[in-house]
Amino acid sequence: MTQVFLGMPAGGQGNLFETEPFPKAAHRELGNTQMRKNLRHATHTIRDKRLNVVGELPDWEELRDAGSAIKNLTMANLEERLEEFEKNFTARGGIVHWARDADEANKIVTELVKATGSKEVVKVKSMATQEIGLNEHLETEGIEAFETDLAELIVQLGNDKPSHILVPAIHKNRTEVRDIFLKEMPVVDPNLTDEPAKLAEAARKHLRKKFLSAKVAISGANFALADTGTLGVVESEGNGRMCLTLPETLITVMGIEKVLPHWEDIEVFMQLLPRSSTGERMNPYTSLWTGVSEDDGPQNVHIVLLDNGRTRALADRFGRTALNCIRCSACMNVCPVYERTGGHAYGSTYPGPIGAILSPLLTGIEVEENGSLPYASSLCGACYDACPVKINIPEILVHLRGEDVDANRDKHKLPTQMDLLMKGGSWALGKGKNLGLLEKALPLGRLMSGKEKKIKKLPGIAAGWTASRDIPAPPNKSFRDWWSDEKESK
Amino acid sequence: MSAKDEILGRIRSALADAPVAQEVPREYRKTSDMGEAELIDLLVDRLVDYKAGVDVIDAAQIPEYVAAKLAGASSVVYPHGLDTGWLSGLGEKVEQRIDAPGARLSIAELDETSAVVTSSAVSVAESGTIILDGEPNQGRRAISLVPDHHVCIVPISSIVRLLPEAMPRLAITRPQTWISGPSATSDIELERVEGVHGPRTLDVLMVRGL
Ligand code: SF4
Repeated sequence: MTQVFLGMPAGGQGNLFETEPFPKAAHRELGNTQMRKNLRHATHTIRDKRLNVVGELPDWEELRDAGSAIKNLTMANLEERLEEFEKNFTARGGIVHWARDADEANKIVTELVKATGSKEVVKVKSMATQEIGLNEHLETEGIEAFETDLAELIVQLGNDKPSHILVPAIHKNRTEVRDIFLKEMPVVDPNLTDEPAKLAEAARKHLRKKFLSAKVAISGANFALADTGTLGVVESEGNGRMCLTLPETLITVMGIEKVLPHWEDIEVFMQLLPRSSTGERMNPYTSLWTGVSEDDGPQNVHIVLLDNGRTRALADRFGRTALNCIRCSACMNVCPVYERTGGHAYGSTYPGPIGAILSPLLTGIEVEENGSLPYASSLCGACYDACPVKINIPEILVHLRGEDVDANRDKHKLPTQMDLLMKGGSWALGKGKNLGLLEKALPLGRLMSGKEKKIKKLPGIAAGWTASRDIPAPPNKSFRDWWSDEKESK
Repeated sequence: MSAKDEILGRIRSALADAPVAQEVPREYRKTSDMGEAELIDLLVDRLVDYKAGVDVIDAAQIPEYVAAKLAGASSVVYPHGLDTGWLSGLGEKVEQRIDAPGARLSIAELDETSAVVTSSAVSVAESGTIILDGEPNQGRRAISLVPDHHVCIVPISSIVRLLPEAMPRLAITRPQTWISGPSATSDIELERVEGVHGPRTLDVLMVRGL
């Protein structure tokens, strides 16, 4: 890609990296049959639920169109929206901090916690703090962070890593969860069964005192509304409400891409998000707060606006729509690759199809093994169909494969992508619909081919072949598209 | 350069190609003409699905129903703006605690309180969502959070079908809580189970004539 600006914005740091090539990581994870069974069960349950509640809404496509357009509009005017948000949040007594990267965000949060004199914090699930490795950083500063979301608690107690953005412990089944609780909770009923309701009750008892006595909470945010200065957290268990309501100090860490222009915009996203993520008509609890409210909730309210590579992703005109992601996780729940490899294989905080594009966009394709992530897909297109904000993930994957080829021309890393690409081939060719989606990538092929109508480089393993010869550009329409257009115009 | 200036500068250069975004199409449903009987049925159906208790009653029946819901409670907290007539059916065994500006219950006191009674601002039938926006008859957020049992009054006149219809009725800048059933989790094998940190019992009284 030709950069049209001066100087490459800094890439993101923290937990955004694949540390070994994806096929290698995937191969290892594939050996974990229990995990695969758990994942298959969970992702299939959620797929059916999602389809039911999405099918109920006659205007689902219109909501997707609105959601996607609101996000595009926001990104096109991101500077103005952020300034507007800061003005309104500040006017209502909140304090805004800006962090260029993970290090800076961690330092800001640490100082804010230290200023309260507290040695511990309660946390409500937040991708952003996971991304920047906040808990680990706080630990080195002598501050203990307690995850309060049930799945995060399972992961934290089990000394594990999250493998899904919505249900971080999705790779564990109920019996494994019970065993972790029995082993790690200081006070727990030794006869605890593996009934989910009993496990939830154990978590309630374990955390109750913490909630009631916590002085400082750290949260993420699902959105920030520019025109009112409002923040929102969407959750299920009530741990979010506890963290957002009872402590004296509330520190929210949020990526700069989460801002929305108008208060009414949540009417779109609060229809799209719960149905896409947990397959519910609405999540049990949503909390909205606007700065400080006298006599209600924390009186010391902060937000850290985080870049950490987001401006880098924004600079990629073919990839920037990845920032539109509302972290619903629908794309991973429908992904045939994710279903088999699980989230750990992606290395980064962001797994699945969105992770395969977002991680390299945030860090740069050439960093660590992130260049292998865009190949973690069969390009079947299920993610695009499921995405509530219509991010064309397959198209961005193809674009990033091209970037990777450029970056690695001399390094001969390409053959390692063979395994997954071959598997991908069988998926793509297995179904007519999948093939159709692959063909949709054709216009992109044209884009790469430039004026002379010759493709000079192919992404992925075919690049070795095109390194020494050009191939003619594909037609600008696939036969299927041409056929259906023809039929319509008759 | 400050972090803010630097980040905003990065955004400017990232958008140097000046992307033009289309106008936002808002073709989704903004209004509905669903009648009252259907609205009630729809909201009841959704709330029952979330495992909330639901009764549809007349205003005159509120004291009786509130008392029945709180039969096992030893104490109840209510916000200062609540119509205390609603609590008039409670026996002496249930201690009534008011939460008012200048006379707030502590977190520990709330934790020892069995239940809370509040009103609500607006409810969305299609998604089964009851919205509290901090009006004096709903109170501050902590009182409807810490006690384990929430009895929530939903005036039938405050039910709309669609979320976009609810938006103009909300006080934007006060803290809001949107409640769709009792506290729940889907974190174990993606199965919804009710009852984690928020109130584990939610009883909704949908009231005609309020
Ligand atoms: S990319 Fe789309 S489907 Fe995937 S998590 Fe983000 S919003 Fe959801």
